Amino acid sequence: MDIIIIGCGKVGVALAEDLVQEDHNVTMIDTSPERLQTLSEDIDAIKLVGNGASIAMQMEAGVQTADILIAVTGSDEMNLLCCLIARKAGKCHTIARVRNPVYSNEINFIKQTLGISMIINPELAAAMEISRVLRLPSAIRIDPFSRGRVELLKFKVKPEFRLSGKSVREIDNQIGGTVLFAGVERGDEVTIPDGNFVLQDGDLVSFIATPKNSVGFFHNLGIHTNRAKSVLIVGGGTISYYLARQLASMHVRVKIVEKDRARCEFLTENLPGALIINGDGTDRRLLMEEGLTSTEAFVTLTNMDEENVFLTLFARENCGAKLVTKVNRIAFDELLSKLDLGTLIYPKYITSDYIIQYVRAMQNTIGSNVETLYHILDGRAEALEFVIREKSEVTDIPLMNISLKKNLLIACINRGGVIHIPRGQDSIQVGDTVVVITSQRGLHDIRDILKK
Amino acid sequence: MNYGMIFFILGWVLNVQAAFMLLPCLVALIYGEPCGQWFLVSMGLCLLFGIPMVLSRPSNPVFYTAEGFVAVALSWILLSVTGALPFLWSGSIESPVDALFEMVSGFTTTGASILTDVESLPKCMLFWRSFSHWIGGMGVLVFLLCLLPMTGGGFHMNLLKTESPGPSVSRLLPRVQNTAKALYLIYIGLTVLQLVLLLAGRMPLFDALAITFGTAGTGGFGVRNSSMTYYSPYIRNVVTVFMILFGINFNFYFFLLMGKFRRAFQSEEVRVYLAFILASIAIITVSITPMYGGIERAFHHAAFQVASIITTTGYVSTNFDDWPEIPRTVLLVLMFVGSCAGSTGGGIKISRVLILIKSVYCEIMQFLHPQIVRKIWIDGKPVDSETVRSIYVFMAAYLLVFVVSLLLISADGFDLVTNFTAVAAAFNDVGLDLGLGIMGPTGNFSSFGDFSKVVLIFDMLASRLEIFPMLILFSRETWRRF
Repeated sequence: MDIIIIGCGKVGVALAEDLVQEDHNVTMIDTSPERLQTLSEDIDAIKLVGNGASIAMQMEAGVQTADILIAVTGSDEMNLLCCLIARKAGKCHTIARVRNPVYSNEINFIKQTLGISMIINPELAAAMEISRVLRLPSAIRIDPFSRGRVELLKFKVKPEFRLSGKSVREIDNQIGGTVLFAGVERGDEVTIPDGNFVLQDGDLVSFIATPKNSVGFFHNLGIHTNRAKSVLIVGGGTISYYLARQLASMHVRVKIVEKDRARCEFLTENLPGALIINGDGTDRRLLMEEGLTSTEAFVTLTNMDEENVFLTLFARENCGAKLVTKVNRIAFDELLSKLDLGTLIYPKYITSDYIIQYVRAMQNTIGSNVETLYHILDGRAEALEFVIREKSEVTDIPLMNISLKKNLLIACINRGGVIHIPRGQDSIQVGDTVVVITSQRGLHDIRDILKK
Repeated sequence: MNYGMIFFILGWVLNVQAAFMLLPCLVALIYGEPCGQWFLVSMGLCLLFGIPMVLSRPSNPVFYTAEGFVAVALSWILLSVTGALPFLWSGSIESPVDALFEMVSGFTTTGASILTDVESLPKCMLFWRSFSHWIGGMGVLVFLLCLLPMTGGGFHMNLLKTESPGPSVSRLLPRVQNTAKALYLIYIGLTVLQLVLLLAGRMPLFDALAITFGTAGTGGFGVRNSSMTYYSPYIRNVVTVFMILFGINFNFYFFLLMGKFRRAFQSEEVRVYLAFILASIAIITVSITPMYGGIERAFHHAAFQVASIITTTGYVSTNFDDWPEIPRTVLLVLMFVGSCAGSTGGGIKISRVLILIKSVYCEIMQFLHPQIVRKIWIDGKPVDSETVRSIYVFMAAYLLVFVVSLLLISADGFDLVTNFTAVAAAFNDVGLDLGLGIMGPTGNFSSFGDFSKVVLIFDMLASRLEIFPMLILFSRETWRRF
């Protein structure tokens, strides 16, 4: 497909890289020639210098024949304007990044009246992800499928769970087959486990279950899964703002520590439920004074990755709270995953995840659709949700008779709102929603699960 | 200081005052009272000065906050002085200080009287007394704003800000002039409604008018020596309801009329005001039921007296001198709390009390979390620190004036309780003493000396204008050239 990307910041470049890898024709527009020049040559895309909202510029980029235009410049209004003009000039789908909290309540109105196909708000999405995890603190990460009817949860195996040395089949029998183990990370290794796989302490296990069953699962392991009732947040950025707002509606006590006085004023004026503390989050005394040792969750959201990691490590030593750490740069990924930082949030992943998901879905106008897509297992595997719209070579055949690709798992089937964890004799039918876990990149259609 | 402009405004005030005096003239004509001529003389005097003052518009129309304060304070003094002339000349009230006291009490909607036998006064005088409540309730300059074809600058807002009660004025409509008109229309609408309901209760027209004016302005002048005890329970019920209604912030009615019901009922101030009223009525009803031999009568009097005191009206339905200590103390507290900002009532105002209580809580939080950044919230919106600061200062000034007044009138030799309640009654615009000393519900201010009366006159004006205009008028800095 022909895709135009306006704005070549961090997200724009990451997107371009991903899209080029998936064989799309990408045109990039940015106002700064220097920035375009410094882009590595290995992004195989046309790079144009100019104002993306200008109709002449868009024509030059081929807006009339393009399929998708993605506006991810630094300014919300600019992004919306780009999309608006592209809508009038061509017939393409438009995607805009809008992150100003002022617009966040008006997204649906803007989308409908301006005819924009998709509006992404990375900070809001990150906040939602965090608030989900705070609802079930035993999990490190929770990704919802089928509008929250199924979740993919990740947790760390600790000695007190007494899971070490048990095989997946044994655990399955113990808890009655209500969850499905989708992946295990051990050190640098990522496995999609079969029944004989034996768990060890320190493994990061991902499993698929309905929200009710996942609570039951943790309960069976003897883990208390009460949602966090108090949260201490360091850093008062946009994510904290959204997060505090969501938590307030869940009646969670929220404290935000923020360095900048003016930002504190803004937060206190816009978050009536939260306590806003003006101070340095790295000040040990302050954190102790504000109850670091007694909080149920500790979330670090400052702009400095180092600070976040450092604070989380400090908190790990001083309290038993649920830890959430935001990381912007992903360069030292492997290193971080060894540190046991609790839940890691990568806002940058979120934007590109959402957009790639949309692009893939668009590509499949026939047959099935990618509804949802997540990077899981450290970005080394994907969880995809397909809607089955018509008969094909994978439908109506018992799963044990289908020869699936290697490292691929049919994790769950949603049939008319009822969630099945599929066994060998189950089959996929038209109208189902199917979640597939795979370490193979670039699945576009449900038929791609077959070994070719 | 732009003297030309202040002069011009004062001229208009005189002319409006002359226009207002037409009504008592009419009353005198109807009842055939010869003393009505003194209103004509006063009118003539007002016009004699007023017309030349407005003939030429001042060349420099600049009008700042200082001019606004001074103009308002001077206007009110001028209104009271000219309004007192007919009392004095007709001999209804002999002492000039007494006449002025009566008139200031009228315009400031205090309702404190130095008259011992109200019924002996001519009808036109009684009418003028009550009518002054109605004028003073909404403010004279707000009335002027509706009429005067003046535009430009902060002229309007500076006047409106000074004259309307409460910590802050919200613009309801884009133009201040239209806002003032809307407020006056609501005021007139409610007044007419009450009048109709009173007439439906077979109240004589003259009494109905006078009581309506007294209720609307939350003043409290009656036309009977026994205040409201003279009338039927139905009439007292109507008056109770309307006293409460006139104590509500007029923005509430404005939003109701605009169909914004949710916004109207979201108002924290109105809800707290009603909660105060309900709680007080409940407490008082319980504690006075034995005295009245039935919960119904007890409730009737409790509701009337609570409404009368919290709105700073000051009507009396029963001799609450005999009430036990608890209800009388509740009433004393209500006297200070007062009604909503933006209503016609006086006192400290609910919104200020609300913010003060919330700032105490805020301070507790500040002690527990030394680095906390916290705002005070009203109606789901943060109150800016400037408004909060001005409320602290208002309270400081309030206490200062209160204490000084108390010291000054103590020279008359009455006991502390009497002095305290007298100042509280005047300075909260209640006008009615709580029967804590010699000043029972039926007693009044006539026993004070002239000097004390002057002090109380100042208190009444200061209270109606929210203290600062009066302090500004008498501060040297205001009158310095540079």
